Amino acid sequence: MTTQVKKPFVWQRKHLLGLRDLTRQEIEHILDTAEGFEQVSTRSIKKAPPLRGKVVVNLFFEDSTRTRNSFTLAASRLSADTIEFTETHSSVSKGETLLDTARNLEAMGIDIVVIRHKAAGAPHLVARNINACVVNAGDGYCEHPTQALLDVYTIRKVRKSLEGLKIAIVGDIAHSRVARSNIWAMTKLGAEVTLVAPPTLMPPEVSKLPVKISYSLDSVIEQLDVINMLRIQFERMGSNPFPSVREYSHFYGLTVERLQKARPDILVMHPGPINRGVEMESEVADGPNSVILRQVANGLAVRMAVLFLVNQAAAHEGRK
Amino acid sequence: MKAILNATQMQKTIAELSDAVASHIPPSTEVAVIGIRSRGEILAQRLTKLLSARLGRQVECGTLDITMYRDDLDDPQGSKQPQVRATDIVFDINGKLIILVDDVLYTGRSTRAAMDALIDLGRPRAVRLAVLVERSGREFPIQADFRGYQADVESGRNVRVNFVESDGVDQVVIE
Repeated sequence: MTTQVKKPFVWQRKHLLGLRDLTRQEIEHILDTAEGFEQVSTRSIKKAPPLRGKVVVNLFFEDSTRTRNSFTLAASRLSADTIEFTETHSSVSKGETLLDTARNLEAMGIDIVVIRHKAAGAPHLVARNINACVVNAGDGYCEHPTQALLDVYTIRKVRKSLEGLKIAIVGDIAHSRVARSNIWAMTKLGAEVTLVAPPTLMPPEVSKLPVKISYSLDSVIEQLDVINMLRIQFERMGSNPFPSVREYSHFYGLTVERLQKARPDILVMHPGPINRGVEMESEVADGPNSVILRQVANGLAVRMAVLFLVNQAAAHEGRK
Repeated sequence: MKAILNATQMQKTIAELSDAVASHIPPSTEVAVIGIRSRGEILAQRLTKLLSARLGRQVECGTLDITMYRDDLDDPQGSKQPQVRATDIVFDINGKLIILVDDVLYTGRSTRAAMDALIDLGRPRAVRLAVLVERSGREFPIQADFRGYQADVESGRNVRVNFVESDGVDQVVIE
């Protein structure tokens, strides 16, 4: 009897900067690991020891409710200590640069930096210049890897696999790092992704992305297994990309009426925060097809997995 | 590679192990069997079947993943990277007599991790350790309450247990 020796998979990335360069196997490894961490949040003692004594810094240069608190809780649940850095209460107001900020924090002894910044590439810059692990919590319009990971994790929990699923991402795609990370994660896991938006909100590079596009939500909604609604980011848009919010909602909003045309088991997703009445009606957001709150819950398990894995890679690297 | 137990011997040893455990359990005690992933899992399932038959009642069985509780996460021993998986214990462990099961007791570190993992899940009435093979090389002050086979093995050599369910054959070998 000959036995094929399979080379055991080893997670080797001590940074998670984006999903574009990850293999399918790596993404699935994160999701499988997240499954193992789910229970820490649901059992009575919401703590486990793998990051005991490690320090995780939340370096947030943009506002956040979900992501920041999610990372803080995830780190705490793994017994790590956390430092919260908010730009407005820091020496950045005195002119301290990003790299100086990161290096000074590192001098105090930190292990993982979770960074959100309005400049794409900021996490990569930090990763090249400090020894700690770096996790991207959103950089400009570029990527938001943990959001996409929790999105596909949520889909996988319900549907067991993304292979062959028809998924639409609807809304302000051009300004959405969530959309970009989702495109990578979903297509690498075998789903067929369609971007739905008015032409003014389609990303300029869309022809190079492995996706279909549609300017009409009504023309695709009947075939979808999953619909991921994005927030209209009023705070990011420069010139007016559509005549009025009402007109946008009319054509691209997920109303109860529109939902009725979809498959009865369609999954309705949204990364939050929701502009109720704009991209989605309240009845839809709170209705039976919505997995929005599950996304938030799953975000914890996924972020625990990411923190655990980058730390594991750093330990592995330190040993070599 | 040296074979210590063949399939027949191994099955007989497991049966004797389950008898030893069964005679230790007072009649109306709430008891559950928990196997340490990954090789303890299969042994736990087999012991549960035998125990349930002996005691005349269905004994609960679960699987404990100890990856998060390992003491070598920061100092990986060897090239393999342990993967976190979900613990599968659907019952309450509070107040129960827990039979903790592993295939081999060697350094004792896995048992230490398992106990820490267990007490984060509740407060058992008591924990007893049952292993198929208890070998020399303890690094922690831990011993088995029930053992099927005792082996004096020189350091550097490994005791490997194979199960039909996972490897196609029942056997215990030293390699």
